Amino acid sequence: MPAQTYHEIEISSICAQAKKAEDGIIAAARTHGYGEEDIFALQLSLEEALSNAIRHGNKQDPDKSITIRYYVNRDRIDIYIADEGTGFNPIKVPDPTTAENLESPHGRGILLMRAYMNLVEYNDTGNVIHIVKLNDEPDK
Amino acid sequence: MTMEPGPKIEVSHEGAVTVVELLDEEILEEGTINTIADSLFAVVADDPKIKLLLSFERVRHLSSSALGTLIRLNKRVEENNGILKICHLRKSLLAIFKITKLNRLFDIYDDKAAALSNFTD
Repeated sequence: MPAQTYHEIEISSICAQAKKAEDGIIAAARTHGYGEEDIFALQLSLEEALSNAIRHGNKQDPDKSITIRYYVNRDRIDIYIADEGTGFNPIKVPDPTTAENLESPHGRGILLMRAYMNLVEYNDTGNVIHIVKLNDEPDK
Repeated sequence: MTMEPGPKIEVSHEGAVTVVELLDEEILEEGTINTIADSLFAVVADDPKIKLLLSFERVRHLSSSALGTLIRLNKRVEENNGILKICHLRKSLLAIFKITKLNRLFDIYDDKAAALSNFTD
């Protein structure tokens, strides 16, 4: 099986640019026949990952960039999103579903990504996220 | 360059209940969320002991930041002894509330009629 070629996009820490990148990846997923539930999962997870990169990683500094490497094929959507921040430890993010945290307005992005994607992992520094969505209906 | 219309809410009243229809299909981006938040908090400021029903009938996507805004709004309503309920969440969005366990924090109803009949004096 030939190795996949990743597409690479670099954006500034600006929401409009992130939206454009998201739309491109979602369009590619539709072209490869992903169903609406997978598209929903992808759109939500991309929004969360890019929002985290902009807000927490790059502290909304428009001079800091985000690099998105991705490929989409019939079976798998594979995305790396790297920010220029100092990183974080995802294990230390509090569980937002506990009684004491339920009313906190923050901290649900990673939970949602883990619920909707088949893989969510970070590099050791915590400034690169790798998310994978498998096609739930590849034979459709 | 085409100017996109800004995000909107539509406010109406059913008896003592203020019904707010969220008009944007996607409540994902920070700008959209901030504008909707400003509008919702203004509605609550006008009527502190509000009985507020948020309808999500037109909403197809929302982000964790949007959930954060709802939580802050709920807190403000409760601080003023008001009541907030939610209706018309489509199945995909109800799933988000269940995953985040926010279905325990919010009163969620299938439709307006069910929600309206559960506002007590």
